[in-house]
Amino acid sequence: MTTLTIREALRDAMAEEMRRDEKVFVMGEEVAEYQGAYKVTQGLLQEFGAKRVIDTPITEHGFAGLAVGAAFRGLRPVVEFMTFNFAMQAIDHIINSAAKTLYMSGGQMGCPIVFRGPNGAASRVGAQHSQCYASWYSHCPGLKVIAPYSAADAKGLLKAAIRDPNPVVFLENELIYGTSFDVPDGDDHIIPIGKAAVVRKGKDVTITAYSIMVGKALKAAEVLAEEGIDAEVIDLRTIRPMDTETIIDSVKKTNRLVATEEGWGQSGVAAEISTVVQEQAFDYLDAPVARVSAKDVPLPYAANLEKLALPQVEDIVKAVKGVCYK
Amino acid sequence: MTAQDKFLGQNKEQLLKLYEQMLLIRRFEEKSGQLYGMGKIAGFCHLYIGQEAVVVGVQSQLNQDKDTVITAYRDHGHMLACGMDPGGVLAELMGREGGFSKGKGGSMHMFSVEKRFYGGHGIVGAQVPIGTGLAFAHKYEEDGGLAAAYMGDGAANQGQVYEAFNMASLWKLPVLYIIENNQYAMGTSTERHSSSEKFYLRGEPFGIKGEAVDGMNILEVQKAAARATKHIREGKGPYLLEIETYRYKGHSMSDPAKYRDKEEVDAYRKDNDPIINFKKDLLNSDLFNDEDFKSIEDRIKEEVKKAVEFSEASPEPDASELYTDILVESK
Amino acid sequence: MPIEILMPALSPTMTEGNLVKWHVAEGDKVEAGDLLAEIETDKATMEVEAVDEGTIGKILIAEGTQDVKVNAAIALLLEEGEAATALDGYTSKGDAPQSAPAEKEPDQPQTVQESAPAPVVPTNSQDRLFASPLAKRIALDKGVDLNSVNGSGPHGRIVKRDVEGLSGGQAAPAPSIQQPTSTGPEFEDVPLSGMRKIIAKRLLESKQTIPHFYLTVDCQLDDLMATRKQLNEGLADQGKKITVNDFVIKAVAMALRDTPDANASWVGNAIRRYKHSDVSVAVAIDDGLVTPIIKKAELKSIVTVSDEMKVLAKKAKDGKLKPEEFQGGSFSISNLGMFGIKQFNAIINPPQACIMAVGAGEKRPVIVDGQVTSRTVVTITLSSDHRVVDGKVGADFLTAFKKYMENPVLLLAQG
Repeated sequence: MTTLTIREALRDAMAEEMRRDEKVFVMGEEVAEYQGAYKVTQGLLQEFGAKRVIDTPITEHGFAGLAVGAAFRGLRPVVEFMTFNFAMQAIDHIINSAAKTLYMSGGQMGCPIVFRGPNGAASRVGAQHSQCYASWYSHCPGLKVIAPYSAADAKGLLKAAIRDPNPVVFLENELIYGTSFDVPDGDDHIIPIGKAAVVRKGKDVTITAYSIMVGKALKAAEVLAEEGIDAEVIDLRTIRPMDTETIIDSVKKTNRLVATEEGWGQSGVAAEISTVVQEQAFDYLDAPVARVSAKDVPLPYAANLEKLALPQVEDIVKAVKGVCYK
Repeated sequence: MTAQDKFLGQNKEQLLKLYEQMLLIRRFEEKSGQLYGMGKIAGFCHLYIGQEAVVVGVQSQLNQDKDTVITAYRDHGHMLACGMDPGGVLAELMGREGGFSKGKGGSMHMFSVEKRFYGGHGIVGAQVPIGTGLAFAHKYEEDGGLAAAYMGDGAANQGQVYEAFNMASLWKLPVLYIIENNQYAMGTSTERHSSSEKFYLRGEPFGIKGEAVDGMNILEVQKAAARATKHIREGKGPYLLEIETYRYKGHSMSDPAKYRDKEEVDAYRKDNDPIINFKKDLLNSDLFNDEDFKSIEDRIKEEVKKAVEFSEASPEPDASELYTDILVESK
Repeated sequence: MPIEILMPALSPTMTEGNLVKWHVAEGDKVEAGDLLAEIETDKATMEVEAVDEGTIGKILIAEGTQDVKVNAAIALLLEEGEAATALDGYTSKGDAPQSAPAEKEPDQPQTVQESAPAPVVPTNSQDRLFASPLAKRIALDKGVDLNSVNGSGPHGRIVKRDVEGLSGGQAAPAPSIQQPTSTGPEFEDVPLSGMRKIIAKRLLESKQTIPHFYLTVDCQLDDLMATRKQLNEGLADQGKKITVNDFVIKAVAMALRDTPDANASWVGNAIRRYKHSDVSVAVAIDDGLVTPIIKKAELKSIVTVSDEMKVLAKKAKDGKLKPEEFQGGSFSISNLGMFGIKQFNAIINPPQACIMAVGAGEKRPVIVDGQVTSRTVVTITLSSDHRVVDGKVGADFLTAFKKYMENPVLLLAQG
């Protein structure tokens, strides 16, 4: 084990996969000379050169489409969006070009590509730069959507994403790039896509979370433990395909579910989980499923309002008590 | 000028091949229109009639073993010119198992990795960055190929086209952009949709050389495409051809074409038809006689008939196909 | 064999069209692409062109024909070298659009009507039993009758913990009640009556979901007692007798009129303010209590209030109250004065926002002008739903109530 930040873990994942496969290249704004807008691609230019670490113009729609074309020819692009907010410019290529072509071609044209970058709210950057896209992309067949929390998962899942023959949307979080975790040594650390992890065992209530919300859910579980509520926390890790089996198994044990996400509630990931649970574990529910999500507003700038708008540890604690009838 | 000069040094067999390819597209599209009328083809169906010289002329200058091709949704002609089997194309139009996309793509979405045809795209302009990506891959792999990315005059107003132009020129990518200016973006004529109708100048701010070409004359198309591909293969980056052509049919099958006069269409058909004029040119030289053409015409009639028979015999895709080809199963 | 020229579908939605005009006549030679006819579709007039070359052998559908079905033959085309006699044996091949080979007919989606479930009959939520899906499953597995279980969840919902310890056939098992064992204390489980279940459910819900707060005030009754004595002497020949409780009802009614903010209910998305003082009065009966209502009591004389109360109390004890006589009051009074209770806190009767607890009137020492003296005093405690009534509103109500109780002449002047 080595202690690594998520930033370093992501960089190592890309570097290892680039060493392993000549077809893997990284492109995006400021990924090369600048060393990454958030320093995730630090050192890659020096090791792999300008052919494989490519600074693009600020032209998301264009370079996303270009990368899709390269992937159609069998290259394996890793496309960094400076943040996923800017991928809105490119969402047509992510969905219409990357996700659907395999089906529309009767299985002929695969698109092995990774779209990655920070997702969700950063800190005090206002509404246009603070949005969680997990539910947007998880809506679409033909895509895989990953949103890891720990550095070990970030590394293992990014390596899996780069090796995957399908288009993968890989959602990171800027606020935890600098958080350190233990990461297994060696370049064969791969986490399978589509598997959730029970990161805290408990018997009274299940809390699902992904990305930065996993940290908040774990903190909430500590608070709840002091009050005698034993919460189980599931890190979804992959949003699509979703590991519903792990969620259902947990709910069958705890009979209660609080589904959390950083994005808005309507048509969200938590709404999806809630539906799956009522479809597959209705008779095991002892309380309605509760959701904890962002307030239904564009994210405000003022510090106090921003905090109010985003789901916090206290919101999770409150929701858990509600479903535990306490 | 000798006949040899006039015909760009192509021999009889090569010239008849051009005629045959154009006529195949014409007859295939006429048959598609008829089958649409009979309810056997549904949805969107955009016919290429009138524009045959564009794709046949350009494709004649590509290297079929190296180069890649991509276009938008008026794509049947491109697929036939790339050598894709007419039966497979027609079966796809009819939504049958034997179609190039197993019936799951339709008129706008067909592909053939084998024939290096990369679709078949329904979002106006989206094929241009993707085609630029094919060129990126040619350069990355150093395989000596180039990508031909076709678009219409309508697509030439999409922002992503210029995002692609910028990167293609910046990185000297081997890509040939072809604007098929058929005078109408759906029902809006070029003077109503573009502040400048000189589409060949659209690459100039990015340093992309462009030229306007008479797309009703296949020999002119061939000449321009030869210049363009030479430029690209010399590593000088992208090249833009604006090929002026004319679409005889509506934008799609449900277009009553009220935005133009019948006289306008008739004038093209009578005096400027790329297939008729090319045949006249060939007959006027001493190298060809009526029999040369008669046998081609009979052969094509037979080929289209076979395509229809193949498609009619092909079943609809099995219900189990609904859930296949969504993701590539990992090894 | 002549070629059939068919009525084309010229738009995705077209099923028939009008043959507006023929551009060719029988005997005309045509080539592929030649204009044949004009067709009016549901959207526009469009042209039909020849696909095959040949000679028009016969026009089957005349110009001006309306509503020609798609794929109907509209003309016959003779191929090169084909003689007109080929037309003689012609019979139409039919006009139904051909679909894919029959063995591959797509599965017909089931219509909604076929699979629609029987309509759900709305049930009266007051009578419904609420239980979590898990509690229902556990109860089913154990053979426990949920009607005999008290729910401890929100709105009285029966949840896992309410049914976990039970076994099938148990009669009245709230989980805290132990079954008799050889070593345990002796007891008897009394089956729950319907009224007991409703009281349990509603008052539990009230105490768990309504934020109660309490205000207490003392009222001196000496003037009221004197007024009552005088009144009863005057009414003696009619056989009528006004009780202290009648005064309390009338005083509540007047105080509510003066303090409309207290005459209200929490209805979830609003506060419902009532126009009249409909005063519910708790009446003890065997195995429980009911709350008959004096409606619009602010408009009624104290004698009328008294008369109505006597009738309602008798009906209540006889179990003959009609639902409209005990459902829907705006404020409740619970009077335990007759049992010698000095003071108590009552539980709000939902959906009302207030209940007033009345203790016993008794002689107490009070200080008047610096001197200790004896007065008849009653202690009144108001329970209020803080979502509806704030402390100031409750105090205003009690001030008004106290004014009427201590100046009973004002009550006689009203109604």
